[in-house]
Amino acid sequence: MGKTYINGIGCVSAQKTFDTVFLEEAFLNESLNVLPLENPTYKDYISPIAARRMSKAVKNGIVASTLAMKEANVETFDAIITGTGMGCIEDSDKFLKAIIDNNEEFLTPTSFIQSTHNTVGAQIALGMSCKAYNFTYVNAAVSFESAVFDAKMQIDADEAETILVGGIDEMTDYTQRLFKLAGFIKKDEEGSFPILNSQTTGTVFSEGATFLVLENEKSASTYAEIIDLEMVNSLEVLEVESKICDFLKQNNLEISDVDAVVLGINGDVEFDSYYKSISENAFKNTPQVYYKHLSGEYNTASAFGLFVGSKIIKIQQIPDILKANDVTKSDIKTVLLYNQYRGIDHSFTLIAKC
Amino acid sequence: MNKGVAITGMGIISAIGNSVDETFDALVMGEKAITTVSNIPTVHAAVMKVGEIKKTNEQLASELGLSPDNNFSRTAMIGALAAKQAVQNAGISSINAYRTGLISATSVGGMDTTEKHYYNYFDQPELIKYISAHDGGDVAQKIAEEIGLKGFVTTISTACSSAANAIMLGARMIKSGKLDRVVVGGTDALAKFTINGFKTLMILSDTYNTPFDNDRKGLNLGEAAAFLVLESDEIVAKENKKVLARVSGYGNANDAFHQTASSENGEGAFLAMEKAFEISGLKPSDIDYINVHGTATPNNDLSEGRAVIRIFGEENVPDFSSTKPFTGHTLAAAAAIEAVFSVLAIQNGIVFPNLNFKTPMAEFKMIPQTAIKYKNIDHVLSNSFGFGGNCSTLIFSKH
Amino acid sequence: MEALKQELKEKIIAVLNLEDIAVADINDNDPLFGDGLGLDSIDALELIVLLDKDYGIKLVDPKEGKNIFQSIDTMSAYITANRTK
Repeated sequence: MGKTYINGIGCVSAQKTFDTVFLEEAFLNESLNVLPLENPTYKDYISPIAARRMSKAVKNGIVASTLAMKEANVETFDAIITGTGMGCIEDSDKFLKAIIDNNEEFLTPTSFIQSTHNTVGAQIALGMSCKAYNFTYVNAAVSFESAVFDAKMQIDADEAETILVGGIDEMTDYTQRLFKLAGFIKKDEEGSFPILNSQTTGTVFSEGATFLVLENEKSASTYAEIIDLEMVNSLEVLEVESKICDFLKQNNLEISDVDAVVLGINGDVEFDSYYKSISENAFKNTPQVYYKHLSGEYNTASAFGLFVGSKIIKIQQIPDILKANDVTKSDIKTVLLYNQYRGIDHSFTLIAKC
Repeated sequence: MNKGVAITGMGIISAIGNSVDETFDALVMGEKAITTVSNIPTVHAAVMKVGEIKKTNEQLASELGLSPDNNFSRTAMIGALAAKQAVQNAGISSINAYRTGLISATSVGGMDTTEKHYYNYFDQPELIKYISAHDGGDVAQKIAEEIGLKGFVTTISTACSSAANAIMLGARMIKSGKLDRVVVGGTDALAKFTINGFKTLMILSDTYNTPFDNDRKGLNLGEAAAFLVLESDEIVAKENKKVLARVSGYGNANDAFHQTASSENGEGAFLAMEKAFEISGLKPSDIDYINVHGTATPNNDLSEGRAVIRIFGEENVPDFSSTKPFTGHTLAAAAAIEAVFSVLAIQNGIVFPNLNFKTPMAEFKMIPQTAIKYKNIDHVLSNSFGFGGNCSTLIFSKH
Repeated sequence: MEALKQELKEKIIAVLNLEDIAVADINDNDPLFGDGLGLDSIDALELIVLLDKDYGIKLVDPKEGKNIFQSIDTMSAYITANRTK
């Protein structure tokens, strides 16, 4: 039975998370309700002739996966598994707009082809001529976790040794407008958008791509081991604590064994109650970490969360900019990550120093 | 040979029928259901044929007993109906009594609905509820709620191989003990988006699709939803369930050749079939029937044919047929409805016909079964290939 | 025909998103597909739409495109002979 190690991470986000050690160049911008991406120099990673068709999602996915592969020093994979909540909405919107505006005439195929949800995974495979297992999960806030779950299942069963896993989502102008209309994004009029202890509904959105190289062997670049991962589609607020206790128990752990808890707090007062129920009770004496004030919210933002959790284990420190409370611990061995979005798609991930 | 994962229930809704029984009758009677588009206003109606489910959205909503303020897309409604059928067929009365999951598949998601309202949200506030119905996850969540499921829920979206991959993941989760039972399958409704998308690729036929025919012109799109219930042997024994058939083999590989076209020698397809045989422990000569992907595009049938010949040998290709002349190509649901057909083939000892066939392909000797054929069927191989080079194969077995 | 060739080069660069290429970089008889400009089958479909939208020429079989799109020369000759716009 194999163990799953995170041996490389690549992250493209609203912060400068490439060519950095961690978040030393990160800055908090509470004046925006949609955070813009910190763009890498795409030309350094992708030839113009290839890039000409690519959406942001594909480009960011290629950059993030390249960074992860470089860090792990791995070039071939037994599987490539991606997760995306909304897929390539830029191309999807483009094609749909053209259909409506031109009354279904003079349509060109490129944006249709590029809009299929598995495009990122497919383009990465194409670029590497990788004929291995290739799945894409599209299930809102557990899209990334589904990919990690699948990868771990394969490594557990000794069916694979090296797997590339990623979470990607993009934001477009039009989707932004729709999300604001629907109340998913905080109202412009609020002016300032602090995430912690927010009293309004809606959240701050963004986009990004985070890729991991998972292997069944430790290496010089190992961050942490993925111990366990569970997803459940719906939970009541009052059920979260017992769910976490059961999850820890099946791994022979208790609440007190958790050295840091990484929470997907996103400033939506209606749904942050899920996190409050445990941060003010079971985990009130545990170092608490939040990250969506830096990454913004999107269906696969929890991948940024895993990036954060892994880095914390590696450097054995929680940067102040990530702290949601003042509790500290010197030895950070076991980290629990919990995320949900609008009350559904709950995920629990356990990682540990190894 | 390894024992496959038990299938204890099925549900299906497609152009040829709104239940497993109706579907079986249509297959046996050779009743294809390809017509002109009637549910969607499109300028291309005259030059294309589709496999439409013969129900309006109002009828579907009524069958599900949805309240007037619901925000179900057509994809979600047909998915919910098929999943409910499957759960009932499996004799499940208390869905959360065991660790149960749902693994769905879709390519369109709620687009069939959101494309209608794209610009209208801003001056018609009653439409705002549909904004959250756009993505694949929403479809799965609605299906989960309709069957009362609380547990592991996810969705796979790898274009036309999606449902095969959902079935594959489900089988693996049962085998590894992560779940006791799982509802697996896929759903896709017709949408202007896909109708126009495929049109731009110039792979649609303006007449009835003719898989593996030398003069084939392209595919007919279709819409459908189908789900299977897979259960562990412990639950089957404990609950005394009837096993309809078993998922004995599966494999996924990537062609890594081109975004939409398949490689000439069908490498991805070949690797997927090879893996499926490895998992099942079967040999090519054990296969009694191949339900091919057979979309009738010039590219797919040639590539798939070559891959099949590489696996079986040109002289030993078993009886095969594409059932897409019946239903059209139902995208993410294709592998799920074809899984139902495969189980029906095994249960009834029938090779379903490859309709509309006239002229064998010049490149090789691959002649599909054109008339219905009765014989004992122990093992069926089913192929599904999607954009992005995603190639999947499933093997279903009687025992 | 020269004006048409110039126009075609500009349109191809725009429609196919060839950001790094200038009109001067494309010679009239350079192969557009394969080794030359490196276009592929998806680009061919885009060019088929271009023929329809801008010149009123409808191609029914995508395989016809292979000969027509060999180079700027072949494209402009075909368009001159068949355009309805």
